[in-house]
Amino acid sequence: MHLPCPCCGPRDLREFTHKGADDYLRRPAPDAPPEAWDDYLHTRANPAGRTRDLWYHDPCGTWIAVTRDTVTHAVIGATGLEDAQ
Amino acid sequence: MADLTATSPFAGARLPQRFAGCTLEALPPAQITAVAPYPGQLAALRQTLGAFPGPGAVIAAAGGRLVWAGRGLALAFDADMPQGSAEHAALSDQSDGWAGVSLRGTAAPMVLARLLPLDLRRLPPGSSARSLLGHLPALILRPEALAFELWIWRSMVGSAMHDLTGAMQAVGARQALAEPPTG
Repeated sequence: MHLPCPCCGPRDLREFTHKGADDYLRRPAPDAPPEAWDDYLHTRANPAGRTRDLWYHDPCGTWIAVTRDTVTHAVIGATGLEDAQ
Repeated sequence: MADLTATSPFAGARLPQRFAGCTLEALPPAQITAVAPYPGQLAALRQTLGAFPGPGAVIAAAGGRLVWAGRGLALAFDADMPQGSAEHAALSDQSDGWAGVSLRGTAAPMVLARLLPLDLRRLPPGSSARSLLGHLPALILRPEALAFELWIWRSMVGSAMHDLTGAMQAVGARQALAEPPTG
């Protein structure tokens, strides 16, 4: 599997570290109810199909959000997180 | 003050090594300065240095080479950092932290294909890439089509030499098998 690093171009999976679902980008406010925090920490959709998750490109140090399909294994695209903010 | 003896990172590595028509040898130690521009300071730094490399670039600047080395990071090799550059970027001397080897020869891309998860067709002569050499983080430069500079962390030279000589021997063995038997 190749993932597109916005810095380096398409690179082999071995160069990346997987973080998890992009839910980690939606951190609740510090005073949010416990249910929101429980959701943030533990509830994952685990979709069969299109998913968006976070990866770190170890050699160049770029965090990216990758859109891919868990059924076909197609990698649809990636955006750098710092650029997206 | 104690008088320390400088030791080559390759002491005990038995370089140069020659297999498969490739030569692996130590590069002379370089003065290496890591240059990490402060947020919003890239344009000002470019003005001070004359240039700053984008992803994959190797450029001549400040009397040396500026090599792209990651997101928001360049390594300056043997460069004289101009006065004022420290105002726009974090500069740190990393000369002793890196060790460089050169791998050259017609089979050099075949040797590296066994170790790098990198498509060398995307690394044109004159460019640089961050990747892995075996399992070691590395900075790879390709000054010429059949000549590579591999910069790795000094503490990992032993593993890198083991991986590189192993890959060179394996490519050499393949070449020997492919040749028609003599006699």
